[in-house]
Amino acid sequence: MNKRNLIAFAFLTVVGVFLIFSTFMMHPFGDPNEQAMDQYIIDNTVDETGANNGVTAVVFDYRGFDTLGEATVLFTAVAGVILVFRRLKK
Amino acid sequence: MIANIPYVAVAVLIIIGLYTVIFRKNLIKMLIGITIIQSGVNLFLVSLGYREGGIAPIFTSVPNTDSAMMYPVPQALTLTSIVIGVAVLALMLSFIVHMYRHTKSLDVRQFGGDDQ
Amino acid sequence: MKGMSTIVKTTANISFPFILIYGLYLIAHGHLTPGGGFQGGAVVASGLVLMLVAYNTEWISKRIKESHLSIFESLGALSFVILAFLGIIFGTAFFSNFLVGTETLFGGIPLNGAADINTGGIIPLMNFAVGLKVIAGLFAIVYIMAHFISKKEEKIA
Repeated sequence: MNKRNLIAFAFLTVVGVFLIFSTFMMHPFGDPNEQAMDQYIIDNTVDETGANNGVTAVVFDYRGFDTLGEATVLFTAVAGVILVFRRLKK
Repeated sequence: MIANIPYVAVAVLIIIGLYTVIFRKNLIKMLIGITIIQSGVNLFLVSLGYREGGIAPIFTSVPNTDSAMMYPVPQALTLTSIVIGVAVLALMLSFIVHMYRHTKSLDVRQFGGDDQ
Repeated sequence: MKGMSTIVKTTANISFPFILIYGLYLIAHGHLTPGGGFQGGAVVASGLVLMLVAYNTEWISKRIKESHLSIFESLGALSFVILAFLGIIFGTAFFSNFLVGTETLFGGIPLNGAADINTGGIIPLMNFAVGLKVIAGLFAIVYIMAHFISKKEEKIA
């Protein structure tokens, strides 16, 4: 093992120990803390948005800006792929 | 400790993905490692809103019990993360095809550096 | 890319309309059941890729051109942004839901669990815009790569 492989292995060990050690410190699975924002969304979705689906109401109405950013990222990716393959056709 | 198994699975997935990105020299294998890291992060995000004995946050024909509903915000953020993962994967693949056409090899050691 | 045998072509012919209808159902009922724009768009794009794999690329490229896909994707993204801007004119803020509670299209508030499709405000319209965008975008990525491979094959052979 040369020097580069040794440093990489040490780095991977440190990150791995840190990740596994921190799963013991998280709150138990299935028992989260009380979230005021989510409780408000569950109580007031049907009256304010008129939709029966909680997840769609959050994606398109309460957090519409994130969906706008994601649509931009998808558009940019398709434009990038078409750009890369256009020059190779000739 | 036995109830925290989804978080341990996330840690194992991220370690496997990091190992593949650092120690492999083929370009396609590094791409698969990046996808494994993305899957681990998505699993972590979606398992943050689970409530034991709860039902899905859909209000159509909800059963008449007093069970709690799960939180809908982590599921919405995971949806965005999956779509962004697909977009990044498509762009990386097109660059790999471009690089292969010019240099005829998929080794990552040919690009720069003075050692090996 | 070359096509496949006759059995694969017949099976793709039979199952393509069902995949299309299932994906469009997921897009249209996104505000009542689990689903929505992104999920239904991915299903329809998978059905289109099934047709691309079963037949050879020239058969598909005579019927769907690259400019059609560009127009569809731009239409979807533009109508999404225009719907957000209409919230300023008719409502109070950017992205506000100005169709809930009115008597026009898609106004209506469900009560006691059951609901018909005439509810939801501007959420079904946004589902259609995002679904169109995702269908055209995901199919364009696979179509461009397949076109490039088929051009390279006929240059070598």
